[in-house]
Amino acid sequence: MGVKQDGGTIDIVPAMEQEKISDELDKRVKKFLRGAEANLEGLKDKKLKGQLAVREELYGKSAHAAAKAEKWLLPSEGGYLETEGIEKTWMIKQESIAREVDILSSRSQYDIVLPDLGPYTLDFTSSGRYMAVGGRKGHLAILDMKNMSLIREIQVRETVRDVAFLHNELFFAAAQKKYPYIYNRDGTELHCLKEHGAVLRLQFLKNHFLLASVNKFGHLRYQDVTMGRMIGSYRTGLGRTDVMQVNPYNGVVALGHSGGKVSMWKPTSSAPLLQRLCHKGPISAMAFHPNGHLMATAGKEKKIMLWDLRKLQDEPIQTLPGHASTLDFSQKGLLARGCNSYVQILGDFSGSQNYENYMGHGMIKGYQIGKVLFRPYEDVLGIGHSMGWSSILIPGSGEPNFDTWVANPFETSKQRREKEVHSLLDKLPPETIMLNPTELGTVKTQRRKEKRTKEEKEAEMEAALEAVKGIEPKKKTKGRNKPSKRAKKKQEMIVSAKRPFLEQQKKEEEQATRKKQKVSEQVEQPTALQRFVRKKAAT
Amino acid sequence: MKVKVISRSADEFTKERSQDLQRVFRNFDPSIRTQEKAVEYVRAQNAAKLDKIFARPFVGAMEGHIDSISCMAKNPNHLTGIFSGSMDGEIRLWNLASRRTVCRFPGHKGAVQGLTVSTDGHVLVSCGTDSTIRLWGVPVSNLLEEDVSSDKSAEPRETYVWKNAFRSVDHQWNSDRFATGGAGVDIWNHNRSAPEQSYQWGTDTVVSVRFNPGEPDILATSASDRSIALYDLRMGKPTSKFIMRTRTNSICWNPMEPINFTAANEDSNCYSFDCRKFGEATCVHMDHVSAVMDIDYSPTGREFVTGSYDRTVMIFPYNAGHKREIYHTKRMQRVFCVKYSCDGSYVISGSDDTNLRLWKSKASEQLGVLLPREQKKHEYHEAVKNRYKHLPEVKRIVRHRHLPKPIYKAGKQIREQNESQRKKHEKRKAHSAPGSIVQEPLRKRKIIKVE
Repeated sequence: MGVKQDGGTIDIVPAMEQEKISDELDKRVKKFLRGAEANLEGLKDKKLKGQLAVREELYGKSAHAAAKAEKWLLPSEGGYLETEGIEKTWMIKQESIAREVDILSSRSQYDIVLPDLGPYTLDFTSSGRYMAVGGRKGHLAILDMKNMSLIREIQVRETVRDVAFLHNELFFAAAQKKYPYIYNRDGTELHCLKEHGAVLRLQFLKNHFLLASVNKFGHLRYQDVTMGRMIGSYRTGLGRTDVMQVNPYNGVVALGHSGGKVSMWKPTSSAPLLQRLCHKGPISAMAFHPNGHLMATAGKEKKIMLWDLRKLQDEPIQTLPGHASTLDFSQKGLLARGCNSYVQILGDFSGSQNYENYMGHGMIKGYQIGKVLFRPYEDVLGIGHSMGWSSILIPGSGEPNFDTWVANPFETSKQRREKEVHSLLDKLPPETIMLNPTELGTVKTQRRKEKRTKEEKEAEMEAALEAVKGIEPKKKTKGRNKPSKRAKKKQEMIVSAKRPFLEQQKKEEEQATRKKQKVSEQVEQPTALQRFVRKKAAT
Repeated sequence: MKVKVISRSADEFTKERSQDLQRVFRNFDPSIRTQEKAVEYVRAQNAAKLDKIFARPFVGAMEGHIDSISCMAKNPNHLTGIFSGSMDGEIRLWNLASRRTVCRFPGHKGAVQGLTVSTDGHVLVSCGTDSTIRLWGVPVSNLLEEDVSSDKSAEPRETYVWKNAFRSVDHQWNSDRFATGGAGVDIWNHNRSAPEQSYQWGTDTVVSVRFNPGEPDILATSASDRSIALYDLRMGKPTSKFIMRTRTNSICWNPMEPINFTAANEDSNCYSFDCRKFGEATCVHMDHVSAVMDIDYSPTGREFVTGSYDRTVMIFPYNAGHKREIYHTKRMQRVFCVKYSCDGSYVISGSDDTNLRLWKSKASEQLGVLLPREQKKHEYHEAVKNRYKHLPEVKRIVRHRHLPKPIYKAGKQIREQNESQRKKHEKRKAHSAPGSIVQEPLRKRKIIKVE
């Protein structure tokens, strides 16, 4: 890293700083490595070993290149909030933030008051540019957040319980009184999904193009929106619930039930992947961290618990006190909790998964918060409440650098069309939804226990016998120590040591003869005895 | 209090004028893209399927000969020209781009058994069963013109008559000398009518002769006593020889690793050897079901093409035991000679049905000039397919080749035979004293003796 010049070496970067730079780069490189290096020691095939070694080296190089690009080439920097002196971050109000921040950003702070049309729920597209808003009394609207303009609003004159965007801003689904409907950006009704019934919550799985819904009776349904096929329709058996969230990391749908249970589902099986008792009371809200490791659940017994999904222990990592009618994680890992008319933001700043109070915002008393949702790629939190919706600034919550090919807030219509085609080509089949998505492409280990060979069994028996023979029996007194009795005792000990092995052998022989019997029973019996032949159960 | 909020100015992220390019911003953070492995897997499946959809390897046939084609020759200085000689003595020069004859070289009275071009591309040497060697001048300027009539014919510059019929000929790099194989190995010069040197090792005919491209004085030959021999012209004597179980029909040196050569054998396998170690083969390439007649390496040295008596043309990677690709047509009969084109994109096969056929070496390759974005897309497809090609769904699509029924059945039979031999051997081993029955690896088994 130094530069040699004529007349001695002059280092441009001093040694200490070089170390710091390489440490920092190492940390970044780890993020891009996607797991530990493979251990190639056990491979006997030299050709394969050579090929894999070359590949591992290439992975290291690409992670290094990505780390360098991240360090030097990213255009934007993230937001932050730093206090001085005795100030604490949670004491800072939105007004003081508005004063310090530029005009464009302060436009993102607003309250829209629409008292007649009921509690509002909202949804953002994955790029964060468009927002769909649904009022309980039937008010549906799409807004462009960049220009702060209303694209279209319609009044469906029916109860609307939930709104969800499909793959882009052109389509959104509204869970209305009897069935969910899919609408166009212009407000035209495209589809009425009768099979779903009266839906309470809708969620869209982006990579799979699946619309998941849970209805009044607790039935979970998955529908493929590209061809309209119903992939799965399952009765959860756990009653009515309106807490449903998709884990973005693996595409698993989690439901929170009134018994305090959390169940996780995938579209290809009628039994849940996972069922855990998380809370003592009913679950009121749930949220998933975008990296797939953390799950936050809130119960009506005034507790919020944070669970580690990789380890799945019985105890949560952290328990926080408080009510929450809604929870949401931001892209950078901040947790927003809304209850009554107060929103609390918690952040994990020490990196040890210990969430502490970061910011708070109190709305006018009487505004009941229904939903909080972070806006992707912006430091903005959208709040849907009983009197309309609001938006506040939370510095440090959004990811500052977007990837054009993942989600682009500045998308043109041409780019949107291309992206739609590419994402349809990359549509994942519903079978790829699993709890651990990195399992795909790995080799399944053998489940069956290997049968111990005859020699091994004999060796075991001999070892047990040796052990028994080596034991010295207790020396008895008062005339009880006769040699005949001692010999008898020794015989008994040997027999009792041998017994389990012999029983095992007998059982196996019995099974073998039974199998032989079954096979031989295929032999035709005389007609008089047909009624006694064991019939196979009809398949 | 210090506050900063994400604020993006639209100028940086959108284009100013309509003729500007759209800027693309990348963030490689894995946390913003979910389920990467599943997406890659779906892309691998799609790439494999697209590959199969675009697989159209046959480019065209060159007809004109009236008897089966026995040999071909190419010259690296002229990419579009190829010489072919047939069993009735006619030699033609073809332009591959237009697939038409540029020039004919009539004169041989019997079958033309060997063709080779000098290094500068001006002289064509041919030998045949009529015991003559003829030297022809190649009309170089005509090759470059595309639409040229096929009626031109040339007269031989020289005709040398000798005592025995010739089976093969090869030219030395950057020199005036060429070697022929017949009764023995003879080294000739362009200007002499008798061979400069003659070698005889054993009494059998020498079937094929090849000069080493890296070391021009080394020569590999194969004879009908099932042997492969190495000659060194500087030392003036044959160097080494080993005998195999079956005869080698043709040899080709690897142009990128000139110490290795591959021999196309009668027992439907190809064997790769290191010329320093004659005791064992470095690799056995097995997939043909009948004798392999000819073999030629790609200029990259990474794969070679073989033509076989079983009416197929196969392309093998240089170090793999099984084929990468197989080409067959109902109209193509026994393939007697194959050549890899000098730019590595095409494969030419000459067969019993009097046609030369031009095939693409990568069946689904898009020909012509590709834009850099297209090229990157193709590379990505290749890479993602290679990453997941061991998974059953993708493997099924990638491996699938339609085979003609006789070849499919013959292949199955061969596999069954090999399997039964293997089982028998395992049982013999299991029922005898440990260490008493030892089987040599296949690479060594086929070599009987090293001299």
